[in-house]
Amino acid sequence: MINLKINNIDVRVPEGATILEAANKAGLWIPTLCKHPDLGPTAACGICVVKIKGAKNMVRACASPAEEGMEVTTHDPELVRVRRTTLEMILSNHPNECLTCARNGTCELQDLAEEFSVRERLLPPIVPDISTDDSTRTIVLDPRKCIKCGRCVTVCQQKQDVWALSFLERGLETRIAPAGDIGLGDSPCIRCGQCSAHCPVGAIYEYDETARIWEALQYPKKYCVVQIAPAVRVSLGEAFGREPGENLTGQIYSALRRMGFDAVFDTNFGADVTIMEEAAEFVERIKQGNGSLPLITTCCPSWVDFMEKYHSDMMEHFSSCKSPHAIIGTLSKTYYADKMGLDPKDVFTVSIMPCTSKKYEITRSSSMFASGLQDVDVSITTREFSRMVRQDGLIIEQLNADEKPDSILGEYSGAGTIFGASGGVMEAALRTAQYQITGDENAELEFKEIRGLQGVKVMETKVGDKNIRVAVAHGLGNVETVLNEVRAALRQGQESPYHFVEVMACPGGCVGGGGQAWKVDNKIREKRIEGLYRDDRKQRIRRSYQNTSIRRLYEDFLNEPLSAKAKELLHTSYTARPQYQR
Amino acid sequence: MPPVNIEKIKNDEIKRQNDFCCRIFVCASTGCISSQSMEAIDALEEAVKSHDLENEIEIVPTGCMGLCARGPLVRVEVAGQKPVLYETVDPMFARLVVSEHIRPALAKSVKDYAFKLPDFLKNRTVPLDIDFFAQQQKVVLANAGDIDPESIEAYIARDGYKALEKILLNMSPEQIIEQIEKSGLRGRGGGGFPVAKKWTFARQSQAEYKYVICNGDEGDPGAYMDRSILEADPHAVLEGVLIAAYATGAQEGIFYIRAEYPLAIERMKKAIRQAKRNKLLGKNILGTEFSFDCQIRLGAGAFVCGEETALIASIEGRRGTPRPRPPYPSVKGVWDMPTCLNNVETLANVPSILRNGGDWFAQWGTGSSKGTKVFALTGKVINSGLIEIPMGLSLREVVEKIGGGSSTAKEIKAVQTGGPSGGVIKREDLDLPVCYDRFQQAGSIMGSGGMIVMDQDDSMVDIASFYLGFTVDESCGKCAPCRIGGKQLLDLLEKISQGKGTKKDIESIKLLCEAMRSASLCGLGQTAPNPVVSTLTYFENEYLEKINSEVCK
Repeated sequence: MINLKINNIDVRVPEGATILEAANKAGLWIPTLCKHPDLGPTAACGICVVKIKGAKNMVRACASPAEEGMEVTTHDPELVRVRRTTLEMILSNHPNECLTCARNGTCELQDLAEEFSVRERLLPPIVPDISTDDSTRTIVLDPRKCIKCGRCVTVCQQKQDVWALSFLERGLETRIAPAGDIGLGDSPCIRCGQCSAHCPVGAIYEYDETARIWEALQYPKKYCVVQIAPAVRVSLGEAFGREPGENLTGQIYSALRRMGFDAVFDTNFGADVTIMEEAAEFVERIKQGNGSLPLITTCCPSWVDFMEKYHSDMMEHFSSCKSPHAIIGTLSKTYYADKMGLDPKDVFTVSIMPCTSKKYEITRSSSMFASGLQDVDVSITTREFSRMVRQDGLIIEQLNADEKPDSILGEYSGAGTIFGASGGVMEAALRTAQYQITGDENAELEFKEIRGLQGVKVMETKVGDKNIRVAVAHGLGNVETVLNEVRAALRQGQESPYHFVEVMACPGGCVGGGGQAWKVDNKIREKRIEGLYRDDRKQRIRRSYQNTSIRRLYEDFLNEPLSAKAKELLHTSYTARPQYQR
Repeated sequence: MPPVNIEKIKNDEIKRQNDFCCRIFVCASTGCISSQSMEAIDALEEAVKSHDLENEIEIVPTGCMGLCARGPLVRVEVAGQKPVLYETVDPMFARLVVSEHIRPALAKSVKDYAFKLPDFLKNRTVPLDIDFFAQQQKVVLANAGDIDPESIEAYIARDGYKALEKILLNMSPEQIIEQIEKSGLRGRGGGGFPVAKKWTFARQSQAEYKYVICNGDEGDPGAYMDRSILEADPHAVLEGVLIAAYATGAQEGIFYIRAEYPLAIERMKKAIRQAKRNKLLGKNILGTEFSFDCQIRLGAGAFVCGEETALIASIEGRRGTPRPRPPYPSVKGVWDMPTCLNNVETLANVPSILRNGGDWFAQWGTGSSKGTKVFALTGKVINSGLIEIPMGLSLREVVEKIGGGSSTAKEIKAVQTGGPSGGVIKREDLDLPVCYDRFQQAGSIMGSGGMIVMDQDDSMVDIASFYLGFTVDESCGKCAPCRIGGKQLLDLLEKISQGKGTKKDIESIKLLCEAMRSASLCGLGQTAPNPVVSTLTYFENEYLEKINSEVCK
């Protein structure tokens, strides 16, 4: 432990703690801008400068380790003046477009300007003229608003290992863009949206498609069907001042009905279907034995894109099962339309997702048109949906918390809801696979070793007479180590160290998705995750195969998991893709 | 294989040199080459051949002789006679030197016979006893202009690699650092950090692998100290690196040299090759346990890559931007390994210090600044060029004696030191001794060695704009204070320069300077306002005149 004094307050912090952390521990607030709790310091903005007794220069609190006996001053007139001037510099290099900005009201720079009561501009504006890049149709890059904090680049390169974003040029010309100054759509970008989730300002945000939904809702002939993803229900409230993790499932169903949706479904049901198929695939591969293992999950479209671009040698290990949201899309225009006597052409499917990448997934390949039409017509993020709620004049507190989803693609099991957390897909799959292998209805239900925020989680569990080894990775930077272990074993003709691998691109899984409520850190992710496990515990049915709607789906329509019809409608294929499109 | 015998190489080379009755030294550094010294060499060779004097005369291409403004420089040394230095030697004149000076001098080569130069030759000579030479003290540049930088034998003949032999056979790393500490050597790249301290930190860092980096990314406008050292005496720098490696426990060395220095790179490459051939690099150097190897990496032209953490990022193939310290490179440097990073001039001092002892080096200088310092003396002085002076010499002596005073009829107004990170020292303060701390107290810095003399015609606002324009161009863009503050500051200076400034602008300038100095991430941004602060401190009237001139109109 290290003892130091900050503003004459004695503080004790563990070795390696920064001055910023020490100050927080002492109950002191140092303003920051570029620092994000998820990331190491980029030290770019210069707002968090403090003084250390005996040091020649001011230092950045975010990047300077606390040292024994240090005496730190965090606030004095000179420090405040330097911070204010630095802030004025940043403001002079930023367009004054708060009113039309995607981050209006959630912007960290706006907060800081307010904190420093900036009322007039000290410096004339020098704002770059760079066009926005919406070539991915999922996330939009507006480099003019970028304050070069470096968070997006760090996330993209270090955390996600994608290396789509980088800094180009230097000095005042510095800007974020993919290497070679190509459009993000042509770059290795996997549309995970972690750049936008970490951006302090409005320089990276989701591609807004709410207008298309309003339009469809106005159109009498359209039969509008909607689904919400597991993770959305525990994050939406944050935009309305509610605690992260608070489960608003009922209120969301209610809001959607008031908006005019004809059928309100739940992606959790799709998750139960995914489990039926994926667990069956797993059991089949277990029977086949060695070479076909491990089975790797594919619910996450960013992970799929990443694998197709960077790890296509592992393609044969990928589950061919579509993601839950794609399954609901297909089933809405086939199974549901059949039952309801609807012309699938009139069915308009909307998905509300924690994810920017789902916007990409809905046209990813021909299998996303399994119904003969585009299975999901529009996919929007939690953030877009929160604005729709406001625009429709709905007040969360006034909505019915007990509302239920519509049959026959709505009722879900607890296994479906935990899909939104890292480890959840694996846990849900094991709950069903155990039954499929042993026929035991009361086998282990909770697998706590694979829950939580540790980057790679491994577990060995006994299913019947077999030891099953699983690995769960989230945050794509954590995937490579797992894959390399598998590769090394397979190359030497040995058994794979894991039988089943779950991968989610975003840290924490979908709860930490790139389309979730603004401002996220691990504390918030944990609360959202806890919200999902609470939902799971609340459910009477917690195993997918026990869901009566699932049973009906197979009895009435699909016959059995991996049947010809299931394969035609609910499965997809993969193809190696170049990292750069041009 | 037996280790190389340095003493034998030395004796053989001295004998070889002594076999010539006459040696012609021609400056073949970038400056003189650009004024066609290579053509002069060709002409000399031709003339020597045509007079059939190939066995009597050796033509030695050398590094910088210092008086760059008057290049190409050629020094003729006939055995038993006083050396003669010629300036602005073109090919035609070179032939005349052979036919009208050397040939007759050799013909009458009698020990006590003083050959009298004909006037047309004499008019082009530079006396070697003038203050420009007499006031200098050469340690780093001891070989510059005296040896062929592309010959390891020539270096060894001047006691090169003696220090390496001495430390490898007789000294412990701790003893080396002790000598460096005694010498008081501080970083010559501009920071002035005590070298012994840096080496101690690197030595104490525990790791399987360590690096030594030689920083040759000199970038100050108008400064060419490091380039000249690399071009004139690459083996001295290499020997310095080897000693630093042994002292800190490093296995690998990297020369980071900017690509704009092709000749320096070429000569360093050659030096490394020669050292390898002589087993002074590689495994078990001089038969000891010490093994070490070197490579060269080129800088692509970013000024900020002279900053140590940006330099390391550049070597690793990343964008050349600084990162916060700690961890310092001596703990976590290139490829995350402990790295001892010193500038070219610093390392070039090391062999002499180890050969002669720390006390010998500390005989020159002031309390806190020991030894000598190389400067690129330019601007409005008669003798502009590359100089090496003992620390503690006053700026007045440098400007008036070595520089020969103002080259225009106008009075000297100020001396700029430290380049874009430095400031101006006004005429009234010229008695200031050359010293890290005294320069800093006066609002400038010693820097890497740029020294520009200014006269009454030079506008201080324009000077500040010029330097700031340079740092704005070279800002890496990583941190906001440097990236934006620099440009805002520059715009304000230009506004004032155009006569459109107001008094309020001066206040804004002061605020911007304060924030840039305090909140920039690296030395580039922290020191970028120095030329502005310094000119504003000493010549505020010039700023006010520009502001008021508009009011008067």
